[in-house]
Amino acid sequence: MNRFDYVKPSTVAEAIAAASAPGATYLAAGTNLLDLMKGNVVRPARLVDITQLTELTRIETSGNGDVRIGALVRNADLAHESGFARDFPAVAEALLSGASAQLRNAATAGGNLLQRTRCAYFYDAASACNKRTPGAGCDARGGDSHQHAVLGWSEACIATNPSDFCVPLAAFDAVVEIEGVSGRREVALEALHLLPGTTPERETVLAPGEMIVAIRLPAAARAFARHARYLKVRERNSYAFAVVSAAAGLVIENGTIKQARVALGGVAARPWRARDAEALLAGRPAEPDVLQQAAEAALREAKPSGDNAHKIPLARSLIVRALQAAAQGTPSRMPALPASPFSSIPGVLHDA
Amino acid sequence: MTPEPNLSRDPAHLRHGSNIGQSLTRVDGRAKVTGAARYAADNNPPGLLYAVLAVSSIARGRVVALDVDAAKAHPGVVEVMTSANRPALAADPDGKPNPFAFRFEALQNDRVRYANQPIAVVIAESLEAATEGAALLAPRYEAEAAHIGLDSDEAYVPPVVGMGYPAESYHGDVEAALAGSDRQITATYETPAHYHNAMEPHAIVAEWQDETLVIDTPTQGLVMMRGRLAELFGIPPESILIRSPYLGGGFGGKGFIAGPQILGILAAKMLGRPVKLVVRREQLYGPFGHRSPTRQTLQLGASATGQLSAIHHHARVATSRFEDFYEAAAHVTHTLYAAPALATTYDAVRMDTGTPLFVRAPGLAPGSIALESAVDEMAEACGLDPLAFRVKNYAEVEPATGKPFSSKALRECYTRGAERFGWWERPLKARTMRDKDGFLVGWGMGTATFHALMFAGQARAVIRRDGSGVVESGAHDMGQGAWTAFAQIAADSLALDLDQVTFKAGTSDLPDAGIAGGSAHTATVGTAIHNAGAAVIAKLAELATADQRSPLYGAGNAGVIARNGRLLRRDDDGRGESYADILARAGLDEIEGSGAGMPDPAANAQYAMSSHGAVFAEVKVDPDLGQVRVTRMIGAFAAGRIINPKLVNSQLIGGMIWGISLALHEEAITDRRSGRIMNANLGEYHVPVSADIPAIEAFTVPEHDPFVNPLGIKGVGEIGITGSAGAVANAVAHATGIRVRRFPVRIGDLLPARR
Amino acid sequence: MNWTVSLTVNGEPRTLALDDPRVTLLDLLRERLHLTGTKKGCDRGQCGACTVLVDGRRINSCLTLAVSLDGAEITTIEGLATGDQLHPVQEAFIAQDALQCGFCTPGQIMSAVGLINEGQAGSDPERVREGMSGNLCRCSAYVGIVEAVLDAQATLSDTTERAA
Repeated sequence: MNRFDYVKPSTVAEAIAAASAPGATYLAAGTNLLDLMKGNVVRPARLVDITQLTELTRIETSGNGDVRIGALVRNADLAHESGFARDFPAVAEALLSGASAQLRNAATAGGNLLQRTRCAYFYDAASACNKRTPGAGCDARGGDSHQHAVLGWSEACIATNPSDFCVPLAAFDAVVEIEGVSGRREVALEALHLLPGTTPERETVLAPGEMIVAIRLPAAARAFARHARYLKVRERNSYAFAVVSAAAGLVIENGTIKQARVALGGVAARPWRARDAEALLAGRPAEPDVLQQAAEAALREAKPSGDNAHKIPLARSLIVRALQAAAQGTPSRMPALPASPFSSIPGVLHDA
Repeated sequence: MTPEPNLSRDPAHLRHGSNIGQSLTRVDGRAKVTGAARYAADNNPPGLLYAVLAVSSIARGRVVALDVDAAKAHPGVVEVMTSANRPALAADPDGKPNPFAFRFEALQNDRVRYANQPIAVVIAESLEAATEGAALLAPRYEAEAAHIGLDSDEAYVPPVVGMGYPAESYHGDVEAALAGSDRQITATYETPAHYHNAMEPHAIVAEWQDETLVIDTPTQGLVMMRGRLAELFGIPPESILIRSPYLGGGFGGKGFIAGPQILGILAAKMLGRPVKLVVRREQLYGPFGHRSPTRQTLQLGASATGQLSAIHHHARVATSRFEDFYEAAAHVTHTLYAAPALATTYDAVRMDTGTPLFVRAPGLAPGSIALESAVDEMAEACGLDPLAFRVKNYAEVEPATGKPFSSKALRECYTRGAERFGWWERPLKARTMRDKDGFLVGWGMGTATFHALMFAGQARAVIRRDGSGVVESGAHDMGQGAWTAFAQIAADSLALDLDQVTFKAGTSDLPDAGIAGGSAHTATVGTAIHNAGAAVIAKLAELATADQRSPLYGAGNAGVIARNGRLLRRDDDGRGESYADILARAGLDEIEGSGAGMPDPAANAQYAMSSHGAVFAEVKVDPDLGQVRVTRMIGAFAAGRIINPKLVNSQLIGGMIWGISLALHEEAITDRRSGRIMNANLGEYHVPVSADIPAIEAFTVPEHDPFVNPLGIKGVGEIGITGSAGAVANAVAHATGIRVRRFPVRIGDLLPARR
Repeated sequence: MNWTVSLTVNGEPRTLALDDPRVTLLDLLRERLHLTGTKKGCDRGQCGACTVLVDGRRINSCLTLAVSLDGAEITTIEGLATGDQLHPVQEAFIAQDALQCGFCTPGQIMSAVGLINEGQAGSDPERVREGMSGNLCRCSAYVGIVEAVLDAQATLSDTTERAA
């Protein structure tokens, strides 16, 4: 780990000022940043420790019913906040399917949004990576690419975004509140992360020094609470990143889907909102052929970026399963194995 | 010390008190649950410096530049050791003084022969400074093209494989038998490279105290390591003290000295201060050995009714470019199924990797998953239940040698395991079982086997004036329970209670306990302890029976038995006296005896010796998404006398979980272009987590073996993997109807499109 | 430059002058305070061997900068027993043989204490498995670990009920 300046400001304004210097970066829990620093993947000149900014640790409901999650709210605290878990069950399930209990106890909401890809060639400082070193090339191409992107990738970069949390957030129209030297602004979560194109080093729309201060879930997202799931296919049954994941939310009235929300994780450089699938589902019954058509629509543009063609049919099947599970209803209690396919039948404890 | 090769089977010498066979909790349990157990890296002697390795990021070539100045400019960095300035060694790391001295890299030159090879050591006042110093070296290389993969170079027939077995072995006419068989299958299975991944990274704390070298490092072979260090540093073995009271897992990875340990000692020598060098997790994937990838082709022939006529098991394995070690993957076929014609053949390629070495159940782990898969494929071809097929081809004698087994309660394992599992409810046809939620269910089984080995080991036993005992052997506890099991054997060998005996182990100044490996440690050291106890009791008996004042006078040595700290007349156990009284009268403070454990060549010539078992597994598979979960697993094992059933169960279940891992999880992924392992970490090199593991059950069936050693001990450390990996693979095939032959089974293998 | 960090470690308040902000909580405990019960298995948050409680919550001490924890209360494996009286989780680990080599054990035990504090798993073995999945055990003592956690949880809830 390189040497760095360490500052611990006591206000957001001070933090932004401190973080606007070249080479500065924010430190919250550090669960991803310290990992990257230990691997010499990033070598920041200054760490701006924002853990003392207690104003960012609250979960609040505003007058219009929106829920505002402070950037420093810990993943576990958010998932276990009973009102939140009731109103946004797929978000809670996604949070609880990520990493381990220890990491969820530390990791913050804002930090989760900014976690870096798990692409092994990004993590390996000796490999060529356009994300780490623009113009260096991409060793993931033609390398071990069985976990890489099938949507939205470019010749320059085939990495995926590893976040679970972001997938339902994208599905349910979450908004990210950002503060910087020039004031406060908002972007849709779906627009926070950038597709690689020719500039994979630019991963988000954040400008230098800008800080995520909160994430907002709109009141309208509560409409999906009775039919919302997050499912995640993994090579190990816990403590593993997704091969593919899917968030699904439905509003069902008299057997007909009034509204649908679908997003995929593990397939692209950002959480992948499947609007075509949503449009196809609206006004139709949650029947197998309908769900299948939605899944086809969601993956229409997909293409392998390497040895990962299997992810495309897998993503289709997972969308179908997540929609089925959502249609059957949100389980009354968080499944014992959150987001596991083996917990995809609601209300059933799959005791092995 | 005089070794005592006489493995007496005289029942008079078997003093099985009440300790052997009991499910005692671990004697080191309290130390381990309170954090008091001191592992190598837990030592912080005064004046300690920290050393951190810099390792190569190329797999072949040479280091042409290191920015030593940048590293040295970092505050706290004391020294940078490179091939240009490291102190001399008395022996060449590339020398080969004996077949088990494996070549290693200790900065002897600027060559790089695999990725993650040490290329420099940065020593600093703090761990943080040393770590960053290593990063600042920014090496530049002259790289050469790396050869990675089982087809990357020309294959050749290795001189020998494993522990010196022939690379080509034929028993009967395999070709003719195959040609004449009603049913034939040919199938090729692949297993990837596996790394030990003990939770404790290799570490060393080294300190030169005048001319004495004191080191803390985890090792599975204390005295062997001491001998190798003595050669390398040109000092007498007596000037070296190695402390290794606890290993945080060994699995074969801590059996041999490797470059990083030597570099830690050299750094301490260079700077005249104690040095701690802990290898970083990602750096473990290189210098310490791994299990070779394998590609195994099995040809089986059988009659229409399912009688095996021939097995040809061929394995392609890999070794490094600079050393020879060949995974004996095909050898399991020598011992398991009664085919009249057997052949095992090998070829190998050299790759630009570290040298593959012993990994838990060497040879047998990858060999077993291939053989058990193939046997299931043949059972299916014959329309037989997999267990019925195995019973039909039960080997009454070892197929490749024709020797009878010293004991073999495998039939009992099959019967009781199947009963416990409910095996006979299994439908023959694949993809026919579903649970109530629609998940595919499959049942599979496999036969477990591991040879019952013994190495050479010694022990010393002492009875003190107060009647208490001390037993010493430089044995190794890597989690298998040596502290406990040997204390149990020690107590019984002296006919004392456990709390009256002090058992000492884990340092190199104690009697040589050989190697903790090959599932042979309990048999070897247990026998040595048993014999040492017998020797000291015999000496005591001699004192007493020759002394007119003793109630035992005139009984003769063989006319005396030991019980509860007393010697008693065999013909009248009301007459006797305590150890303390005998010693007091003789005016002795203590009396000492020594014993050895080693294989009995005569018994080995006559008998085949192995542990056996039967493992049954149930898996559930998501029919659409391909995710697999093991939901039940039962293993029945026959492994001779069980010293401590509780700890043995832990060993067996641990092995079974390694079997799950081999079938479903672990795999080192190497980039063929660079030779770097792309998942050299515990996040992406998957070993099972708790959520992968159901409530597994293991049990042992009674097995009396009068030939393996006086106590009848076989090994349990590795057998659990064998059979289990195949059982899981077979269960997956039964659940899905998809036979995956490249391990681990991945989600992509089980998607509907693959049917 | 020195950073002053005040911590309560196993009940004992300590004020430390840190000369380097890079020191993780894990390395502070092991290399500077010589509380070596907490183990380093991977140093990257991927194994759980370094699990300790910070303000009562289990976290990976390898991914936490000590300097960032000013004012925190740390409990390590050394602080779990009361004198000679082992914590029920420690007792249960011995009784169920929930350990072999013992290297991951301090992390497992601290994680189990954290899990029980969190109150999410109850007596459901599946929830215990999921909740303990952040702690790798290469010896693979998982079956015993789950039993031990369930036993300890039962012991602790009995004690709580009796106290109530």
